[in-house]
Amino acid sequence: MKKLLIALLWVPLLAFASDPELHLDRAPNKANDLPALQHGAKLFVNYCLNCHSASYLRYNRLTDIGLTEEQIRGSLLFTADKVGEQMTIAMQRADAKAWFGAPPPDLTVIARARASEFGSGSDWLYTYLRGFYRDETRSTGWNNVAFANVGMPHVLWELQGEQEMGADHKLKLVKPGKLKPAEFDAAVADLVGFINWMGEPMAEFRKRLGVIVLIALAVLFVFAYALKREYWKDIH
Amino acid sequence: MAASSSEKFKTDGTLIGNVTEWVDARFPLTAMWNDHLAKYYAPKNFNFWYFFGSLALLVLVIQIVTGIFLTMHYKPDASLNASGVPVAFASVEYIVRDVPWGWLIRYMHSTGASAFFIVVYLHMFRGMIYGSYRKPRELVWVFGVMLFLALMSQAFTGYLLPWGQMSYWGAQVILNLFSAIPLIGEPLSIWIRGDYVITDATLNRMFAFHVIAVPLVLVGLVAAHILALHEVGSNNPDGVEIKKKKDANGIPLDGIPFHPYYTVKDIVGVVVFLMVFSVIMFFMPEGGGYFLEYNNFIPADPLVTPQHIAPVWYFTPYYSLLRAVTYPLFGIDAKFWGVVAMGAGVMIFFFLPWLDRSPAKSIRYRGPIFKTFLAVWVVSFFILGYLGVLAPTPGRTLVAQICSVIYFMFFLAMPIYTKLDKCQPEPDRVTFK
Repeated sequence: MKKLLIALLWVPLLAFASDPELHLDRAPNKANDLPALQHGAKLFVNYCLNCHSASYLRYNRLTDIGLTEEQIRGSLLFTADKVGEQMTIAMQRADAKAWFGAPPPDLTVIARARASEFGSGSDWLYTYLRGFYRDETRSTGWNNVAFANVGMPHVLWELQGEQEMGADHKLKLVKPGKLKPAEFDAAVADLVGFINWMGEPMAEFRKRLGVIVLIALAVLFVFAYALKREYWKDIH
Repeated sequence: MAASSSEKFKTDGTLIGNVTEWVDARFPLTAMWNDHLAKYYAPKNFNFWYFFGSLALLVLVIQIVTGIFLTMHYKPDASLNASGVPVAFASVEYIVRDVPWGWLIRYMHSTGASAFFIVVYLHMFRGMIYGSYRKPRELVWVFGVMLFLALMSQAFTGYLLPWGQMSYWGAQVILNLFSAIPLIGEPLSIWIRGDYVITDATLNRMFAFHVIAVPLVLVGLVAAHILALHEVGSNNPDGVEIKKKKDANGIPLDGIPFHPYYTVKDIVGVVVFLMVFSVIMFFMPEGGGYFLEYNNFIPADPLVTPQHIAPVWYFTPYYSLLRAVTYPLFGIDAKFWGVVAMGAGVMIFFFLPWLDRSPAKSIRYRGPIFKTFLAVWVVSFFILGYLGVLAPTPGRTLVAQICSVIYFMFFLAMPIYTKLDKCQPEPDRVTFK
């Protein structure tokens, strides 16, 4: 009986047979780096916001990352008339479906959707945007290490250059782009920082408020506990 | 118990001067206050486990109040907006981004959903270890299990509303279960969905259930649960009846008025709870992907089935029971028997008061067999919960099957092992340090 029980104790280990691994590079944290987020916003508007919308975000929300409404109007407002408008795109969904097979998804909360047990959504995006390589079997000519057989072509190829997948399953830069590899990584880090910010623009405020709330509750705890002690001292 | 007989008021009162007497002559205000708070005598030896009843009530209030504000801005509409996003999904993001403090209200509600289950599971476990379901508290327990069922339907209907991928496909899996019932299954599941697949019709009816039908049932059951409790009096960690030893005034010797003693004590519990709640809400509102699943940030897409559909954490033990049944029986699909196992896994709690034959109520005076069974059952419950999050493999299914058998044996064998167990004698009075 005892032996049986001990044997049964090992049974749960069967549950830990592993899932396939996805290795992700760690994205640098840009949450409090306003110039980086502004640079990321610029990259996003120039490279992403043609096919992808960010339709839950309004342009004037970018004032949260230190831009003025004049700056937004002057350098980011290509497809909208007013800074209060949402960051939508002109491309029709039916056209997008015909051209890409599936309409490019809205990206406002993509950083939150791409989080997994392998890493944060930022990690996934950081790996994905730097992980395109040449693959002639694909209709776009591109494939990706984080997203096999992806439908999106390498939009940042001018900046990064062209990579190929080596026989050792490592990426090699075969044609350099406008940016040096370190510069490209830094640019993608800023872009990913912006996409992450856009997923939850109130995230940093939320954490700051949380600290204040916890301090207030800690003070309240002292009084609540003293009150309880006072009432209960006569109960034996 | 009706205090109206013992509390007679001399005057009719006036609206100027003695308002309380005026009201008492027309409505049992003071009588209710006394019956349920100031002269409701609760055992003085409540411990840590006794915080979770009042906390469950607190979370209910949080959910109702935040829910009212969410309803003002949420749109139960599955049609796509100009950017190709379902209106329901976009309205949740609208609440979080454009409604002042909407993000806080939304996170309170989403964190509250998980907090509700944590608190209720601990509250139920308290009942199990101290025998709070035993005579004369069977109805307190039965109302409680009904509350648990209502809470589960509330959670299920609410989870569909953000209209994300997990909302959609989780509901697809669960509502499809009805189709496993022989003969009537298919028409029944269409009737419930209001369509052949989950659509706008389903979303709208789930919204109706979530904001009015189930909350009404919940509030009514809470009232019944508390009234039944106050009729028979609270159990305590020693499992002895305080009403057996009373003083000359008929007040239990080990009883203290709920108010002010337990109101001030529960305030401490509330503050500690709010601190834990705030840590989650302000610093990890997604709860590591368990409270808000990552996939649910992708709008529902009926054409793209996610690779792995996992229910929210509080349903996973029951989801594991469902998946553990892999053999067809009597010529009926394994899926049907899985549904039966899942349903039985919840319903079996109803029978607990009549399955337990132990002479002692509290775990403090129970024998080793019960303690072992309970410990193994708790471990199985956690393993089932953990497995319910993961995709099934043959090894995991085997573990789930073993744990499912343990889960049910705890209940089904209870009449036998509780009788065999060697219990210690219960004390006359509660122990209180």
